[in-house]
Amino acid sequence: MYGLGLSLVDWLIIAIYFGFVLGIGFYLRRFTRSDEDFFLAGRKNSSWVAGLAFLSANLGALELLGMTGNSFKYGMYVAHFYWIGAIPAMLFLGIYMMPFYYSSRIKSVPGYLKLRFDEKTRVLNAIAFAVMTLLVSGINLYAMALVLHTFLGWNWDISMWASAATVALYVSLSGLMSAIFTEIIQFFLIWFGLFLVAILGVIEVGGIQEVFNRVPEAYARLWANSADPSQNGMMVTWGGIVLGLGFVLSFGYWTTDFLVVQRAFSAKDLRSARMAPVIASFFKMALPFIVVIGGLVALVLSRDPNSGFSLLHDGSKINYDSALPMLIARYYPTGLVGLGITALLAGFMAGQAGNISAFNTVWTYDIYHSVINRNASSAHLLWMGRVATIAGILISVVTAYWAKSMPTIMDYMQAIFSWVNAPLFATMLLGMFVKWITPNGAFWGLLAGMTSSFTMFLAVRFHWIAKSTITLSRVASDMAANFWRAWWAWLICFGVTILVSLFTEKKPEKELVGLVKGLTDETVDQPVPLLKKPEFWAIISFVVLVILNIYFW
Amino acid sequence: MLQSEAKMKPIWYFVGLVLFSIGFIILLSGLYHLFVPHTTHKVLAHLYPDVWWGGLMTVSGVVFILLSRKSVVE
Repeated sequence: MYGLGLSLVDWLIIAIYFGFVLGIGFYLRRFTRSDEDFFLAGRKNSSWVAGLAFLSANLGALELLGMTGNSFKYGMYVAHFYWIGAIPAMLFLGIYMMPFYYSSRIKSVPGYLKLRFDEKTRVLNAIAFAVMTLLVSGINLYAMALVLHTFLGWNWDISMWASAATVALYVSLSGLMSAIFTEIIQFFLIWFGLFLVAILGVIEVGGIQEVFNRVPEAYARLWANSADPSQNGMMVTWGGIVLGLGFVLSFGYWTTDFLVVQRAFSAKDLRSARMAPVIASFFKMALPFIVVIGGLVALVLSRDPNSGFSLLHDGSKINYDSALPMLIARYYPTGLVGLGITALLAGFMAGQAGNISAFNTVWTYDIYHSVINRNASSAHLLWMGRVATIAGILISVVTAYWAKSMPTIMDYMQAIFSWVNAPLFATMLLGMFVKWITPNGAFWGLLAGMTSSFTMFLAVRFHWIAKSTITLSRVASDMAANFWRAWWAWLICFGVTILVSLFTEKKPEKELVGLVKGLTDETVDQPVPLLKKPEFWAIISFVVLVILNIYFW
Repeated sequence: MLQSEAKMKPIWYFVGLVLFSIGFIILLSGLYHLFVPHTTHKVLAHLYPDVWWGGLMTVSGVVFILLSRKSVVE
């Protein structure tokens, strides 16, 4: 256990944060009167609110700690998760997919599957999403308690129950609206709380160029060593990065995962909904300036015997996740330590709230209202949303205790996304852009994709087949296996969906108007000036992405 | 009736309050430690990051509050 050492001022700052999130929950309750207020924040958010919430729902503390540690381990390669592994998908969502999602006035991603295909495809996806969300939520809760215990010496049970109770309270009071409010506060706290670590690190090392000069060359490059997996720490080829991460996992997550897409649904109009992921893309591209620079600074300092800096060890293993907390301990005086810890706490709790607000929506609309009680009133659905919030948190706590008794479950986190999201992206892509895809094609394709991904995971895990069979390379890491498994799951879903669609009954075209390209009016937006067009900002974002990739090639 | 007439403050107002509250505490703590030095040594402490970063947060918070104090969400 390593104590960062909190003073009274640091505790005061943490207490202010807790006071604010609870106060906001109570304040917003009076504006939460209908199910749409609770589940979709009344659809009245501006593009900036929806956009920052869209990004923040994904910006958990685990990611910040993990990616800073990964940057220490792999170098600039981690930036792939923020650039090619996010930006093209976010722009594609905003420009091409959002018109179908938003214009159909659906309340969830499974809701789109119901309109485009049928009830069984919707329920299949809803159940998979609900299970995935609660699993991830529980593992996050466990990880949060572990981090707080490791770095602050806090009691495991108290920190877990206190944060779970806080999230349960403010999400059950006002649903998505309070989740979005706290996510945006978290966004600012993370930038103010953690960007200073990178700034001070760069100052200590002697400038950004000096940071790159003092790490091994392979750690300072994005693509130059990607042809041979043995030449980069992640042991993945450019093919795995482009197909697995850049295409399937990234598009699968950013365009179909209801946790993030729900934030864009809360926008007040179609233009704002389309702008949300485009705005978010700029901030996503900037995040490596916290995590990658922080990780590289930690690497530089740990290679310098005079710096007195080293990461923590768990027995003989290096604890890479300790990179960011150790930098905080190195630079931050009283007060700033409280801010840094509050930023991490805010990240954990906002991530928890994001999972729970997505779960309660999918449970209430796509399982409860769709299968169990079709005649429920708006007031009843609002009540059910609150019950689902409490139940979801309790299941997360149980999952967290399960994870505590079996820590290897953490290894499955990345894999879970390739079971659910990767095949779903094939279903969505075909559903939105190919009008002859049938309901049975979508259902059996999705089932085949999910099953095959899970089977591949088990096959490698229990050594039924070699990892290299999936990754098509001699050497491969678990991450490379995740990338490639996602690709194969997507391809299987894509192929089975098309094959079954060729032999099964199509939906009448009149039922697909507004849901499929070619049957939808192309003038999706009101005429607006150039500077307000999502397409204009998407092009700027894409140009910045290209420049960053060329600069760090 | 009263409830339906209530106007919701925008999120930016709350962002301003949070940044101001936390930033001001950090700034005050930093100023205090200009006169009463920290007992634990921190790297780059001579740059007084708590003073200027706390100050930056405080100013940012005030800007958010001023810009959004009269706004309401329709």
